[in-house]
Amino acid sequence: MDLALRAGEIVTVVGPNGSGKTTLVRALLGLERLSGGTVTRAAGLRIGYVPQRLHIDATLPMTVRRFLSLPLRISDELAESSLKRAGVAGLSGQQMTSLSGGQFQRVLLARALLSGPGLLILDEPTQGLDQPGVAAFYRLIAAVRQETGAAVLLVSHDLHVVMSASDRVICLNGHVCCEGTPAHVSAAPEYRALFGLGTGGTMALYRHHHDHDHDHDSGHGHDHAHPHHPHPQPRPQVEDAGA
Amino acid sequence: MPDAFILRAALAGIGLTLATGPLGSFVVWRRMAYFGDATAHAAILGVALAFATGLPLYAGTLVVALAMAASVAALAGRGHATDTAIGVLAHSALAAGLFAASFLPGVRVDLSAFLFGDILAVTRADLAVVWAGSAAVLGLLAWRWPGLLTATVNEELAQAAGYDPRRERLVLTLALALTVAVSIRIVGALLIAALLVIPAAAARGPSRTPEAMAVTATLIGMLAVIAGLVLSLRLDTPAGPSIVLAAAAIFALQLPFRRAMR
Repeated sequence: MDLALRAGEIVTVVGPNGSGKTTLVRALLGLERLSGGTVTRAAGLRIGYVPQRLHIDATLPMTVRRFLSLPLRISDELAESSLKRAGVAGLSGQQMTSLSGGQFQRVLLARALLSGPGLLILDEPTQGLDQPGVAAFYRLIAAVRQETGAAVLLVSHDLHVVMSASDRVICLNGHVCCEGTPAHVSAAPEYRALFGLGTGGTMALYRHHHDHDHDHDSGHGHDHAHPHHPHPQPRPQVEDAGA
Repeated sequence: MPDAFILRAALAGIGLTLATGPLGSFVVWRRMAYFGDATAHAAILGVALAFATGLPLYAGTLVVALAMAASVAALAGRGHATDTAIGVLAHSALAAGLFAASFLPGVRVDLSAFLFGDILAVTRADLAVVWAGSAAVLGLLAWRWPGLLTATVNEELAQAAGYDPRRERLVLTLALALTVAVSIRIVGALLIAALLVIPAAAARGPSRTPEAMAVTATLIGMLAVIAGLVLSLRLDTPAGPSIVLAAAAIFALQLPFRRAMR
């Protein structure tokens, strides 16, 4: 397979279980020995990583602040600014095990942002979140991308919401079976063969929750009034696909 | 002024808790309690082999404990039904140790001293071994602390930060074998696992960070050693079990306060 990530781009990798998503991530991180091919990183590229299924055992006491200093100590200012950027300022003193699912994922994101990464890799970052939580998390990713200019690689099998939040979607099934804008991929026959039809309906579901959530956030119904949640550019195309 | 043997006993116990506090915390965090048991049971076989071959006691115990810890770690890594495998290995090693001891020529070796320990019979040489062993374990854990802790939280996170989780597991295996080997004279093979787990479990409630828990577990262990020795002298009870009971009492006493301290 062939894959290039450009600065400031949000790319989503989707694919069924066993399609090689996690192997791809591990190869990019340099955790997996390559049986063939090459991975080329831009000089000085720092990667922020949010692993899949991170569970902290209840027997392990761990404040959010201490977690951010794993493995190496960081300054209080850096910890606080990173938590703020991830939308969870003021959680420093909380125990990791007392966080909600959404807060937990944001703390993981804050940790990944500590090094000022040029590339963020998130492996199934919204597993276990409810629909509004998922939508809010992807808005946050878009905002972080806009603020920092980092490229973002998302891995997911939770299709609709993720795809509409990305610039480019790569559908993986042992090889790249199709790739392009979310609208292009969801219309591609290869993708439909893998995931079945009905993506139009799920796009609509996404839009519903998205708007619904905004009503809560801003107190009035106007979608674009909230300055902290800029929509990624391909959104109009997504709406076309859903209509 | 207490008698010299009491002082030696207290010093040996306190020295041991320097290792069991932080190591016991890892045992609790990584759910390795049964693993500690197995290593300790195997140590009895090590004692028997040391007597049979004339090897120094601590060396024999260390070698067999290390072999047991390494095989259990390998089995666990390969995804076998770990608790069953550990059970088979641990009890076979314990039985083999007791079995082999009965064939030893000359004086009958009293293995029960190694099952339950005899802290009141600790010599100056034992004291040196305990402190050296504990210091080595503490130093090893302190040196590897960031990697050990990160790998305990999540192996992939550790890998992404450049640590090898397998190497960190090996560090813990080595620390466990060393701790068992030096503690066999003090609390014995059957109770060392208790001294690893109980103070750490009692330290969980009041602790907010891993480091605080490791330190608190050490302090609770020291308190249990002193309280257990006092108990043992007053009531003329065996010292090892008295120490473990004192630790259990501390664990029970902190339970009602757990919620309030969060």
